[in-house]
Amino acid sequence: MEIWRWVFIGILFLSDFVVKIEPFKLGRSQPTERISGSAGDVLEDDPVGRLKVFVYELPSKYNKKILQKDQRCLNHMFAAEIYMHRFLLSSPVRTLNPEEADWFYTPVYTTCDLTPNGLPLPFKSPRMMRSAIQLISSNWPYWNRTEGADHFFLVPHDFGACFHYQEEKAIERGILPLLQRATLVQTFGQRNHVCLKEGSIIIPPYAPPQKMQTHLIPEKTPRSIFVYFRGLFYDVGNDPEGGYYARGARAAVWENFKDNPLFDISTEHPTTYYEDMQRAVFCLCPLGWAPWSPRLVEAVIFGCIPVIIADDIVLPFADAIPWEEIGVFVDEKDVPNLDTILTSIPPEVILRKQRLLANPSMKQAMLFPQPAQPGDAFHQVLNGLARKLPHDKSVYFKPGERVLNWTAGPVGDLKPW
Amino acid sequence: MKLSALHQSYLSRRSNSFRSSGPLDSSSDTGYKSPAAVFWLILHGLCCLISLVLGFRFSRLVFFFLFSTSSSNLYTPPFRSAVELAKTLDVQSVLSSSPFANNLRLPLPNKTATNSRVVVGRHGIRIRPWPHPDPVEVIKAHQILERVQKEQRLQFGVKDPRAIIAVTPTYVRTFQALHLTGVMHSLMVVPYDLIWIVVEAGGVSNETASLIAKSGLKTIHLGFNQRMPNSWDERHKLESKMRLHALRIVREKKLDGIVMFADDSNMHSMELFDEIQNVKWFGAVSVGILATSANIDKSSDQEEEENPIMPIQGPACNASSMLAGWHTFNTLPFAGKSAVNIDDRLTVLPRKLEWSGFVLNSRLLWKSGEDKPEWIKDIDKLDGDVESPLGLITEPLMVEPLGSCGRQVLLWWLRVEARADSKFPPRWIIDPPLDVTIPSKRTPWPDAPPELPTKEKPETGIQESIVKHTTKTRTSRSKHRSKRKHETRTDTGFDKSF
Repeated sequence: MEIWRWVFIGILFLSDFVVKIEPFKLGRSQPTERISGSAGDVLEDDPVGRLKVFVYELPSKYNKKILQKDQRCLNHMFAAEIYMHRFLLSSPVRTLNPEEADWFYTPVYTTCDLTPNGLPLPFKSPRMMRSAIQLISSNWPYWNRTEGADHFFLVPHDFGACFHYQEEKAIERGILPLLQRATLVQTFGQRNHVCLKEGSIIIPPYAPPQKMQTHLIPEKTPRSIFVYFRGLFYDVGNDPEGGYYARGARAAVWENFKDNPLFDISTEHPTTYYEDMQRAVFCLCPLGWAPWSPRLVEAVIFGCIPVIIADDIVLPFADAIPWEEIGVFVDEKDVPNLDTILTSIPPEVILRKQRLLANPSMKQAMLFPQPAQPGDAFHQVLNGLARKLPHDKSVYFKPGERVLNWTAGPVGDLKPW
Repeated sequence: MKLSALHQSYLSRRSNSFRSSGPLDSSSDTGYKSPAAVFWLILHGLCCLISLVLGFRFSRLVFFFLFSTSSSNLYTPPFRSAVELAKTLDVQSVLSSSPFANNLRLPLPNKTATNSRVVVGRHGIRIRPWPHPDPVEVIKAHQILERVQKEQRLQFGVKDPRAIIAVTPTYVRTFQALHLTGVMHSLMVVPYDLIWIVVEAGGVSNETASLIAKSGLKTIHLGFNQRMPNSWDERHKLESKMRLHALRIVREKKLDGIVMFADDSNMHSMELFDEIQNVKWFGAVSVGILATSANIDKSSDQEEEENPIMPIQGPACNASSMLAGWHTFNTLPFAGKSAVNIDDRLTVLPRKLEWSGFVLNSRLLWKSGEDKPEWIKDIDKLDGDVESPLGLITEPLMVEPLGSCGRQVLLWWLRVEARADSKFPPRWIIDPPLDVTIPSKRTPWPDAPPELPTKEKPETGIQESIVKHTTKTRTSRSKHRSKRKHETRTDTGFDKSF
């Protein structure tokens, strides 16, 4: 009789598992599908308890004073570095005891030196970063212990830690030599590129969650736009002939599809931009001067299938989110056949992608809400950091062992900040 | 570390300064450098001048065409560097770096495997040979959109939508095609099952039948053996009778769905059909009244100088969203100035409550009442005229207000008709085609002869003025006679077609 009781309990357990595999309905909203990337079903993992982060107390000239000089840094697409700092200060993963910390965070806002137009200038950023690292290596012993292998930095600029907005110059500079061993959390991701280090965590660019929430329209509004895009095709100021900007891909989209009624593309910026995205089936996310853009975040939030036109791009949280199943990837050389590619996708596949996009954990993972909510991008970063634990014993140096060259890099970087 | 060699090659190719190309120069053959270098310098200068004239970077284009590379080829970086550097200061590095880079390639066969296929620099803009939409693909895209919208409706729209039974009273007249086509097109786009009951005054006719056959909807075409009278009062009464006749058919055939009254000159929005799915037994929606207020504006100019508010007929709710009464049309301002006959050019007024503002569940009309409420009267036992659907029920407060308690106007009422004696070609097909176009009374045709031909007998009112004109002129009588013969021939032709 005892055996039968255990068998019964065992069957209940198994049925529990079986039920989880099927797609589940969430209350009144549409049926969604579970998202499982190469790291498994990890979007809803809770990082609390799996890692401890120590936040260095840097003098305010590295963070607060810069922000005070220009408040626009809180709203532009590089604002993740500021919000991450704020999140970590009050997060349960924060520890005040550096001896038990698994990861060390340096709050330095390198992308907050803005032009009058609002674009960040990266010219002083290497010096700022270098100065911050010099500070932490002289005031705390933890940098020298591993030469930064258990430290992480947020570098959300165009080409990450290469600290330049022009790709050729960024490649020339390469990643800042001092950050060679640290983990970089950045928005830039392109395979086989100098500015993408092995083991970096790719995050989505910052998009203001409140603003997007206020522009939601009823879900039963029929999606009547086939392909939607708003943005530049030719950067007339910097590249009037075309061919340089976006590697010619955006110009190719314009030239091939400007008279196609299925493609609602233009350079005008309407006030109903967010609403229009919710009425579209496909949203183009082509590369610009850098391969990443906030359009991906907007497309995911508004349920529009992203069409990613950027060769070799690495998308945010690629190990947790199966982007191949959610978006459509088009090679830059296939842009002239974009209409054929999109119309030949079977409707069932399109409906499946829409279901995956409707999953609230997917939308949460792309956002940086204030205050932080479970499953959002902050937590995904922490999950990514937790997945890299435990640190390999080889990263810990014996005293006296050195790898980093503190004088490497362009001469201009060595000047104090 | 592993990319440092690549770094070097990049640096060598992209450097502008003479300094870095110094060591490279020494590695290459110095002998043939000078004449070739001079040649490049001259070419460079020439390109500069041409660019100045043309206004864009000419030299890059030349090199692009000369080498005609594709951007994703791994082995084009040396050529690409030629393109990049054509305009840069250091021309020598072009020569020196190409052999250098060529030499660089060979000892690194495994490095190229990790090389990105993405190359920085100027790329061509790919345009396909015929960059215009392909109709087959447009159709496929529309099918995809339809499927997506169907899925959206399944998930977010009305659950278990019921069929819609639209009742339309009509009769043959000039504006019938205009009005009926409008209603027909609206009904064709409705995403739910639809049965269209068309009741025609004066019996079933080919005109109406041919019009509604184009719809592709399930139609029931009924004839009503009474001609439509000329006064609006009588017309409204007859329409009510026709609608009741349709309701009797619904009861006979036990049609299941939601009955709505789609008068042929009304305008319906698609949200109306979504909203009426929410009705349980008997519902009311707000109707916007588009009474032509051409005469009323003059008198009420002092009161309403801003946009005059459209009068609305429909349910009125109290604070707790329960039905409290009705908004009806205020006929006082129009007293004495409203149209009496159909062809009066005065404002046409609606009834107190129009039929089109009400919807009912067809099960209310069935004989066998499963859970039919008691406040519905039996239509077979109705005697006398029913002016509005409220006459069908005993308790008016049981009506459900729809459209967020009447705040949404979902359809608009309008009555526009042509003169009673206006004629139109049957089915709007002019057969046989006209040989001659006759100028109408009002259009001053610039090249038409000033005298219009006389008529023996005025066929229509339009011809009256022509007679008047001809009595005045006397000069060209001979022209008249010949013209008259010609005209009479065509006139007879005219008679036949009309």
